[in-house]
Amino acid sequence: MTFLHNIGLYILMLQKMFQKPTKWRVMKDLILKDTEDTVVNSLGIISFVSFFIGGVITIQLALSTTGSFYPDYLVGYATRETIILEFAPTIISIIMAGKVGSFITSSIGSMRVTEQIDALEVMGINSINYLVFPKVIALLLYPFLISIAMFLGMLGGMVACVYGGYSTMSAFIEGIQTDFIPFHMTYAFIKSFVFAFILATVPSFHGYYMKGGALEVGKASTKSFIWTSVSIVVFNFLITQMLLG
Amino acid sequence: MIKVKNLKKSFDNKPILKGISCEFEKGKTSLIIGQTGSGKTVFLKCLLGLHPHDEGRIIFNKSNFQQMNENEKMELKSSIGTVFQGSALFDSMTIEENVMFPLRMFKNMPFDEMLDRVNLVLKRVELENSNKKMPSEASGGMQKRVAIARAIVNNPSYLFCDEPNSGLDPKTAIVIDNLIKEITEELNITTIINSHDMNSVMEIGEKIIFLKNGVLEWNGSKSNIFKTDNQAVTDFVYSSNLYKKVRKMYLNNS
Repeated sequence: MTFLHNIGLYILMLQKMFQKPTKWRVMKDLILKDTEDTVVNSLGIISFVSFFIGGVITIQLALSTTGSFYPDYLVGYATRETIILEFAPTIISIIMAGKVGSFITSSIGSMRVTEQIDALEVMGINSINYLVFPKVIALLLYPFLISIAMFLGMLGGMVACVYGGYSTMSAFIEGIQTDFIPFHMTYAFIKSFVFAFILATVPSFHGYYMKGGALEVGKASTKSFIWTSVSIVVFNFLITQMLLG
Repeated sequence: MIKVKNLKKSFDNKPILKGISCEFEKGKTSLIIGQTGSGKTVFLKCLLGLHPHDEGRIIFNKSNFQQMNENEKMELKSSIGTVFQGSALFDSMTIEENVMFPLRMFKNMPFDEMLDRVNLVLKRVELENSNKKMPSEASGGMQKRVAIARAIVNNPSYLFCDEPNSGLDPKTAIVIDNLIKEITEELNITTIINSHDMNSVMEIGEKIIFLKNGVLEWNGSKSNIFKTDNQAVTDFVYSSNLYKKVRKMYLNNS
């Protein structure tokens, strides 16, 4: 029952997010601030993780495809497919659920605990529009982060492959270019937009409707990470089945 | 003026407010007092529209709050200033931005004009030259004064204060109480304060409403509170030895 109640409450929150919009001159500043908090400040961790995980993926693929039976370019090809289809959009989103999701839940949750949300409501401001809508707009830039993750993942893979002596640079690049299906990029970006919406709204929901004090803010952040990750995994399956299945 | 008629509110079928009727006059400071759990915060939140009430009417200057449409409610809310128990300042904004916030949201004023207004109210609460400080850099008393400045920057018609001097030392608490009283008289607004501090009652309580278990047990002025025979009120008021002595002196003198 609680689960169904929360789904209903989440849908009502989404509906309320588009009602009674905040003045543009205020909203503009909120969007810029949230873009910095959620997108710009995530560039470092995403670049770092993508580069090294890309390297690890390549080493593992290279080790399991050694032998004369496999063409040299296979490592580059498999790295590209793994990174574009799954690693960059999905795994990075789960990492972002921990980084950005916890930040969103704890910042909105702290506002709830310290009555700042009540202060907004008392002034006649639609607090859901004020707090959640700019995050949704800011995270429209999320696919840009995913493209960086794709590029750095493949770059890390190439560095690991060439300097690890698993293949040559030209064979790796040939693999990256072999049998490229542009729709896979479309699929990855569609997933990224859906995950961006989940990343903005599910943690906001957990922060906005939390009850209690400082301890509950921590609990809400953990709960938010779990539900954001679960939602990403479920939608990943559904989108893949719809677009590639 | 605010009129409340037979206000009822329950949570999970547990009645919290059991039919409260009272009036709050313009230009006067009214205090809602009562023990913890008596329903005063719920009462204040119902008046503010944060908790929708189950039954009864809240009338702001002849307009029934429940019958107002969204725009009318919005207009009314922009004429309400609120000081929360924990100040509720936006911690990502400076003091200046906090005070300017209602102007940015509701007025179409040029920035310089807004800044002039902010500086004026900050001067009124004796916080000039604190514009660029963050709320975390301000003391408890300063935060309360910023909250008052934010509440009055829009020239409100109503001022609601939820325990405005909780957590403050007695001297700062008196400063805050007097500031609220002076502002009420200067702006001729309806001020409602939720408190359990007897010092506030004696300092600024022009009208006192005593709640017990969700019922309006007693109301009157601060001079009447010493004369009342109501057991619940006397138990609350004279729970400290200091006030027992004050009452004795008062009765001896009169």
